[in-house]
Amino acid sequence: MISFIAQRIAKAVIVLLALVVMNFFLIRMAPGDPALVMAGEAGAGDQLFVAQLREKFGLDKPLPVQLFLYVKGIVSLDLGFSFRQQMPVAKLILDRLPATLLLTGTAFAISFAFGVLFGALAARFAGTWADTAITVAALIFYATPLFWVALMAILLFSVTMDWLPSFGYETVGAGYTGLAHVLDVAAHLILPATTIGLFFMATYARMTRASMLEVVRLDFVKTARAKGLSDAIIQRRHVLRNALLPVVTLAGLQAGTLVGGAVLTETVFAWPGIGRLIYEALLQRDYNLLLGVFVVCSAMVLAFNLITDLVYRSVDPRIEFAT
Amino acid sequence: MSKRKILMSLATLCVLSTAAAAEGPKAGGVINAVIQPEPPSLMVGLVQNGPTQMVAGNIYEGLLRYSPKLDPLPGLAESWSVSEDGKVYTFKLVKGATWHDGKPFTSADVLFSIEFLKQTHARARGNLVQLDKVEAPDESTVVFTLKQPFGPFIGIFEVGSLPMIPKHIYEGTDFKTNPANNTPIGTGPFMFKEWQKGSFIRLVKNPSYHVKGKPNIDEIYWHVIPDAAARSVAYETGKVDVLPGGSVENFDVPRLSKLKNTCVTGAGWEFFSPHSWLWLNNRAGPTANKKFRQALMFAIDRNMAKDVVWNGLGKVATGPSGSAIKYYTSAVPKYDYDPAKAKALLKEAGYKGEKVRMLPLPYGETWQRWAEMVRQNLQDVGINVDMIATDVPGWNQKVSEWDYDIAFTYLYQYGDPALGVGRNYVSSQIAKGSPFNNVEGYSNPEIDKLFADGAVAFPDSAREEIYAKAQKILVEDVPVAWMLELQFPTITRCRVKNLVTTGIGVNDGFRDAWIEK
Repeated sequence: MISFIAQRIAKAVIVLLALVVMNFFLIRMAPGDPALVMAGEAGAGDQLFVAQLREKFGLDKPLPVQLFLYVKGIVSLDLGFSFRQQMPVAKLILDRLPATLLLTGTAFAISFAFGVLFGALAARFAGTWADTAITVAALIFYATPLFWVALMAILLFSVTMDWLPSFGYETVGAGYTGLAHVLDVAAHLILPATTIGLFFMATYARMTRASMLEVVRLDFVKTARAKGLSDAIIQRRHVLRNALLPVVTLAGLQAGTLVGGAVLTETVFAWPGIGRLIYEALLQRDYNLLLGVFVVCSAMVLAFNLITDLVYRSVDPRIEFAT
Repeated sequence: MSKRKILMSLATLCVLSTAAAAEGPKAGGVINAVIQPEPPSLMVGLVQNGPTQMVAGNIYEGLLRYSPKLDPLPGLAESWSVSEDGKVYTFKLVKGATWHDGKPFTSADVLFSIEFLKQTHARARGNLVQLDKVEAPDESTVVFTLKQPFGPFIGIFEVGSLPMIPKHIYEGTDFKTNPANNTPIGTGPFMFKEWQKGSFIRLVKNPSYHVKGKPNIDEIYWHVIPDAAARSVAYETGKVDVLPGGSVENFDVPRLSKLKNTCVTGAGWEFFSPHSWLWLNNRAGPTANKKFRQALMFAIDRNMAKDVVWNGLGKVATGPSGSAIKYYTSAVPKYDYDPAKAKALLKEAGYKGEKVRMLPLPYGETWQRWAEMVRQNLQDVGINVDMIATDVPGWNQKVSEWDYDIAFTYLYQYGDPALGVGRNYVSSQIAKGSPFNNVEGYSNPEIDKLFADGAVAFPDSAREEIYAKAQKILVEDVPVAWMLELQFPTITRCRVKNLVTTGIGVNDGFRDAWIEK
């Protein structure tokens, strides 16, 4: 198992470096650069000003030199300096990470738990009104754009009912501490986490239902029934457990993207996370910041793929590690 | 009027004035305002974008402020005088002004600021081009001597154009990496307290502010809310009290303005006078033809755009200068909406339906709707418009590289044609690589001379004559298609008083604001 992990990590480092190079060129293919954006914002971008900015950001150097310097920085774990935010990229990402993990982690936990639950219920009661209701609801949440769900949730729960705050991470200036602060953050978390959660819940529910219906037809389930096991035990121990493999695969892939935050949801709810950082960095062509976030996200996806492979083993002991 | 009626009127007046006196500025309270996008820095000497000035206008100050009529008002200078030949400007600084760290503000800081800004501030560098020397005969006097009279000079001292920088903090350091950039120290009515990136910026009252009794407000929170709809909701749900101009989409303004206890003002933009137009590429394609450009002016229904897209706010632009700008004249050729005339001019121009590339300004839904409306106007007279979608960096690049036929834009004018108008039309400003110079490529030696003369002519009457002539020539030539003098409405709770008191508006800080209890 250790050699399996070591091999996977070595491969991951190569993939990561390839991704860095690819992202580096992809971002620079987009029209415009940070110097032009900042000159534009100043409303007085004479050529000297733009040239000064390009020199300051190192954008006046040939592209291969810029790439070399960037990769050199990455190798020594330096993600560079944000042109726009005037701060080290690593600090910016670390500052935003807690808010993003809280939001996406909560959404992930809710969506996985309820998605699997509703999917299992739909499979167990396949063909009944409960199955239809769950399936229809899942399809609606899956098909509805996140930003629209977010705006409708704000309209209903913030504007009309005034139950929940519409934006931010906490009540600014309230000075809450201890439990009051936790409850305040939780209140701010409900709408954005639910907005993301509903979409993912729909995917887990659909996946779990389909997978369980496939497994339930297999011979070992018939054997279990023939042995006289109760339906609840068959569903929980035999069907659900075997049906979970594709769901775990999907969850593993999605968990890797959690660090990247949720661009749309964080923007609509003014949630100070990494998703918004990406959105703003993209609009401002903040190359280093964008690349930095991409590096971290890619690393997380690779890490979660590895973890998923390890989880497979515990879900299905028949799976062995091939080196 | 009977004696009794007169007495009753006087009594009523007396009661009203007593009530007004009782309702004078109250101390205390917190203002929650929106800032968008989040400023990259609050050090206004290094970063000159709109959001930076809006927040930093509370922290830093300039020597002068400007009234809605653009007359200079005291700032860090309490008085000023100009020599008879228009070349020497003497400023007397306010007594007792201190930096937020307690150090005194003196004439040495003014001298240092000039040198600092020449290195870091593109607009200040241009504004100071006629400066020969600046001296400080004593701690509270500063004397600027110009190479030749420069009419707009008295208009360059507001906080965004020439902010005062603390010498004791920056002297001998690398300005760009000075740690104080993250904890700005100014002389303004509010002090920097906290910045949670992505969430809010908090400023607190400066207890040692040099204007006695000001500011009235204890704290300001600037909330960072990236989505326009979410900003509207934040106001609607009472979480913020102030939506500075441009914070919400224009189509939300009528709805928000009808909310209880909500006041809306278009005031406070006189200094900037945001002026919108279509860049028309004068170098090649149909837009290189003057008759085609004139046809565009007749083809576009600007009144409809004002009424529908901008909800009746703003004014139809008559030419290169906004009506609040010095030496504005309306005595120029007129281009009323007249599709028939536009079609006739297109025929004269020999237009055969070639494709014309149009870049909308990627600043949100309002601008997109406006571009759709203009496209429809142009198609109605037979112009084949190809609308090209970009984001802000893409727009900047295409315009800087002259890769367009028609492009929406708006720019600030800074009160004087020599500061914010001429740069868009003189040949010396034709240079690839910048989106904010003469990107249309218009070149007319007569205009070059008029703007060169206008900047240094003395006295005012001479400048007025020169700029009137320049405006007439430009409007005849239509190097760009002027659209609207924009108004960005500021939306506030009515209990927030005196928020906008100068021609610089909310960009000038909240020092006069107070909250009615």
